[in-house]
Amino acid sequence: MTAQPAVQRRRFRRWTASERQVIPWVLLFLSPWIVGLIVFTIIPMGWSLWLSFTDYDPLTDVGNFIGVENYIEMVGDPRVSLSLFNTLYFTVLYVPLSVALSIFLATILNGVGGRWAGFFRTAFYLPNLTPSVAVGTLFLLILNGQSGILNQFVSTFGIDGPSWLNDPAWVKNGIVLMMLWSIGGSVIILFAALRNVPTELYEAARIDGASRWQQFMNVTVPMISGALFFIIVINTIASLQLFSEVYTMFYGTQQGMSSGSERAALFYVIYLFRNAFEFFEMGYASALAWVLFVVILIITLIQIRLSKRFVYYEGE
Amino acid sequence: MATDSHADRSFVPGIDRPAEVVATQSRNPVRGVVSRIGFLAVLLGFTVLFIYPFIWLVSASLKPGADVFNGELIPSPIVWENYPELFNLTQMGAWTWNSTYVSLLAAVTVTISSALVAFAFAYFRFPYRGAVFAIVLASMMLPGAVTMIPTFLIWDALGWTNTHVPLWAGNLFASPFYIFLLRQFFLGLPRELFDAARVDGANYLRMWWSVALPLTRAALIVVFVFELKAAWTDLVKPLIFIRDVGLYTLPRGLKAVIDSPSIGGERHFELLAVGGVIVTVPMLIIFFLGQRYFLEGIATTGSTGR
Repeated sequence: MTAQPAVQRRRFRRWTASERQVIPWVLLFLSPWIVGLIVFTIIPMGWSLWLSFTDYDPLTDVGNFIGVENYIEMVGDPRVSLSLFNTLYFTVLYVPLSVALSIFLATILNGVGGRWAGFFRTAFYLPNLTPSVAVGTLFLLILNGQSGILNQFVSTFGIDGPSWLNDPAWVKNGIVLMMLWSIGGSVIILFAALRNVPTELYEAARIDGASRWQQFMNVTVPMISGALFFIIVINTIASLQLFSEVYTMFYGTQQGMSSGSERAALFYVIYLFRNAFEFFEMGYASALAWVLFVVILIITLIQIRLSKRFVYYEGE
Repeated sequence: MATDSHADRSFVPGIDRPAEVVATQSRNPVRGVVSRIGFLAVLLGFTVLFIYPFIWLVSASLKPGADVFNGELIPSPIVWENYPELFNLTQMGAWTWNSTYVSLLAAVTVTISSALVAFAFAYFRFPYRGAVFAIVLASMMLPGAVTMIPTFLIWDALGWTNTHVPLWAGNLFASPFYIFLLRQFFLGLPRELFDAARVDGANYLRMWWSVALPLTRAALIVVFVFELKAAWTDLVKPLIFIRDVGLYTLPRGLKAVIDSPSIGGERHFELLAVGGVIVTVPMLIIFFLGQRYFLEGIATTGSTGR
């Protein structure tokens, strides 16, 4: 993102006549956003911060101020540490894998020329169009015990596939596979970035005798570093908030799911959601939400900081 | 203006440029053929990986329950009755209608409101514009989980929980992400056009409606299609706001099917597959109709479309 035009430095600059004249119009055009910002962002932020210091129960509509007790309770809550562990496990596994795989797939797409290019692009993107509930449903079938298609496929190589849905040691790996399946969005972003790399750079590198790998590391990666950075940030934030697909598969009231796999699939936002809307512990859930917010903010800031060192922006 | 350097680029930089870097340029012809074959194998392998689950799902939805995992792709016999059966056992018809109209309302409202706000940031020169726009960008970073609970309480206080209103009405107030996207497109329009409209005596609203919007039709379609997908696939809002089964949207309904052992559960995987097909197919149709806009939208905005 390019820098905003420098804000006026003079403190008491008078607004020009034309500026003053358009202000009513500006307010009119901005009004939907202003109302939305107040009603659906500022008030909710303040409200949830307040709730996080109460024991608010929506059923009785009673909430007492209890100070930082919710936050203290979080520290000792084994489900919080479990869900944090699960979430971080997933994020640490998923983000690098998704980035590596999407670069690989984007490079492949970039190598397809002619009439079929559109077809393959579409094929790679299709899983992204599948609603998360349908993804969850599909993978309930794909990962199902011995009869699911993944284990059927694996068994043709004589391998006895694990029990993806019931074995706590394998549940999260199955979820990583599921999320990697719908990687198409990242692939398309990187593909577009690859298309923007000037071909002259590759020609120059070839003349200099650079190998394919050297071209990739020294031309491609720096030239698409902006898009790469974007994908890392977005995928990290999404991983930390993983909810719908996993909730579809492992929560709700379905039967036959062992509690072991339910524990293995307890992600942070799922625990937050259950506290708020299933256990009606909205004060506690608000505290969980604020901790998540701070964690995401810190991680994003660290990533932005790192990006200043590694991301190459054209024209800087 | 600092951002103008991007505005004069074509709609999607490079995405429709013919591939110039073709994968194999090896001098040795035998090596060239081998690496070409390897490339094709990888390409086709991944294509199958991404498409096959769909085909399998459709196939499973047409099988008798006992055959779902029998490893055959062509169902025999083909049980078309699975589809009417799911509609009879559940309120699938109502869910489909609910999803359809809620998604359309959500997409229309967010497109118009975001276009209005985006135009202000692109066209008017007003005090503190940069700072105000920075607030838009900052609010994009806010995780939905933080505002989820109070947003529920706000709609609850208004008496609108267990109705469809909370599923779309928030979109009346524009969305930071789309404001950002549309502003980029408005910045690309030549200012002289608007000056001409001003001379003709059009007020700013008229100018926005009849000059700016028609010229950014492609971008508006991108926003519309994105939001249609987002609204259609959303599970969280219906989970939070809707209690009556008859008011469910399709994703919420499918979740209910999974959860109820009498219809979904362990025994009736073929009906789960039917539900999966029904909730997915409309998205595929929308995608094929608006394919260009979808892929270009993702490429320009860098949204993963989640």
